[in-house]
Amino acid sequence: MPSKNSSQSGGERAAWPLKFGAVGAILFLHVPLWLIFLYAFTTEESAYTFPPPGLTLKWIPQALANPAMQSALYLSIRVAFLATITALVLGTLAAAAVYRYDFFGKESVSFMLILPLALPGIVTGIAMRSAISLIHIPFSFWTIVIGHATFCVVVVYNNVLARFRRSSNSMIEASMDLGANSFQTFWHIVLPNIGTALLAGAILAFSLSFDEVIVTTFTAGNQQTLPIWIFSQMLKPRNRPITNVTAMLVVLITALPILFAQRIVAGSSDSEGGSK
Amino acid sequence: MLNRISTYFYLRPKVVLALMLLPPMLWFLVVYIGSLITMLINSFFYLDGFTGKVIHEFTLRTYIKLFDPINLQIFGRTTLMAASVTLACIIIAFPLSYFMARFASQRMKTFLYLAVTLPLWSSYVVRVYSWKLILAQEGIISWFARLIHLDWLLQLYLNLPGVGGPSLSISATGIFIVFVYIWLPYMIIPIQTALERVPKSLLEASGDLGATPAQTFRTVLLPLAFPGVVAGSIFTFSLTLGDFIVPQLFGNSSFYIGKAVLTYQGTSGNIPLAAAFTMGPIIIMIVYLLIARRLGAFDAL
Repeated sequence: MPSKNSSQSGGERAAWPLKFGAVGAILFLHVPLWLIFLYAFTTEESAYTFPPPGLTLKWIPQALANPAMQSALYLSIRVAFLATITALVLGTLAAAAVYRYDFFGKESVSFMLILPLALPGIVTGIAMRSAISLIHIPFSFWTIVIGHATFCVVVVYNNVLARFRRSSNSMIEASMDLGANSFQTFWHIVLPNIGTALLAGAILAFSLSFDEVIVTTFTAGNQQTLPIWIFSQMLKPRNRPITNVTAMLVVLITALPILFAQRIVAGSSDSEGGSK
Repeated sequence: MLNRISTYFYLRPKVVLALMLLPPMLWFLVVYIGSLITMLINSFFYLDGFTGKVIHEFTLRTYIKLFDPINLQIFGRTTLMAASVTLACIIIAFPLSYFMARFASQRMKTFLYLAVTLPLWSSYVVRVYSWKLILAQEGIISWFARLIHLDWLLQLYLNLPGVGGPSLSISATGIFIVFVYIWLPYMIIPIQTALERVPKSLLEASGDLGATPAQTFRTVLLPLAFPGVVAGSIFTFSLTLGDFIVPQLFGNSSFYIGKAVLTYQGTSGNIPLAAAFTMGPIIIMIVYLLIARRLGAFDAL
């Protein structure tokens, strides 16, 4: 273990084996993502030769115009949008109830909300599948949304609850003392206060849903969300250049908003949704 | 009017609580807990082999099927894979976590934290896909092996039974590497959190009292980091147990739990067996969590 020597190095300098190990781990995490970007521009159509024989931009317009990719992207966006809205409502209500009130079973609320993320995805997936088949609901757009919303609630809940706990109650009391009713207080005091937490939670929930593949496999009929489309392309590669470009697109769609969300909550230790 | 509604609610906090709590609780009880219960019920039904229909009557025969040698082998193989992935994640995560906790400046730490969590948030499928590119026969690993004239070694390794295969992208080694890559961030963060709490003076004291760096590492640092290691291993272990995407894409015909569940419910329509199979990882995880709690992992979360 390279970290042995470091305890002797006294000041703030790490021994080189430790640095080597740290840099190695970071590279291991990031080089594969760079390769996704590289291969989006390769001229090759049917193999993954490294180094790419040539670079081209021609696949990008082709991928964007691909009807299967487009409909999968459109479905994913609609699912993620509805799942996020549902998660925002349910997560905020649960967070407010847990923050404001004492009630029986309060400790188990967080536990129950995090279960769908904590248990292996396949458990949630097969559980929903067996429920859906037992009561004969047809698989549809809505079964996907319901599945996604269920595991998205907890990220909104965590963010909003963390914000509630940091903010003091005195503003709300002052507002009520000055004659505002509950609705005015909510609109003018509470909502602006938790606004960025809601936004961060929403972004995390959207990414989580946009990216999900395991639960979706079980709750979707023959609908293909974007991750499922990419998965099917990996199983039976038909159109590699298009898949390469789509992969790059997905990294951008999921990673950029997360960077943005990190920035929103930067400085505060709000981002408890960081554990996926 | 609004004022009167507001006053009404203000005077009845229990009504407000009920209105707030009911929608999320109802959703979770019906959609999630309800699903888990139907899964449990389903696992006590069985599939009629002749008609291909699920028979809705209480029986244990689906569970008995789990003890077929083939199915036991699947459980064993998956658990072994989960354990090796966890071990590899610990070894790779430790230096980085230690560096982050002890030597990185505040700015550096923020940067590294982002660098570790960003892959976690970029698409899972795409991260898996990137290894299709890397491990392919014509991909970057083979290219690098040829570059340093070690392609014979790679070939030799691929010929080994058990870990090898026609190419790295269809082998148990491939599955292993991809799992380690995908779940690594889940190991780095908890270890870093645990190491962050180790006071520097403790390590200095150990050195001053004559311990060699190796002794300090073994007797001071490692025990204190251990709860973090166990916390991280809960993620890597559980996630590996339940994943079917990676074995499906990088594996040969040998089954893992996730892939078996998918096949049973999909191709053969045997939801009872799939449900019973899923109880496997649930029970393995419960046992694991109980051990983890005894080892103090939850103090580090």
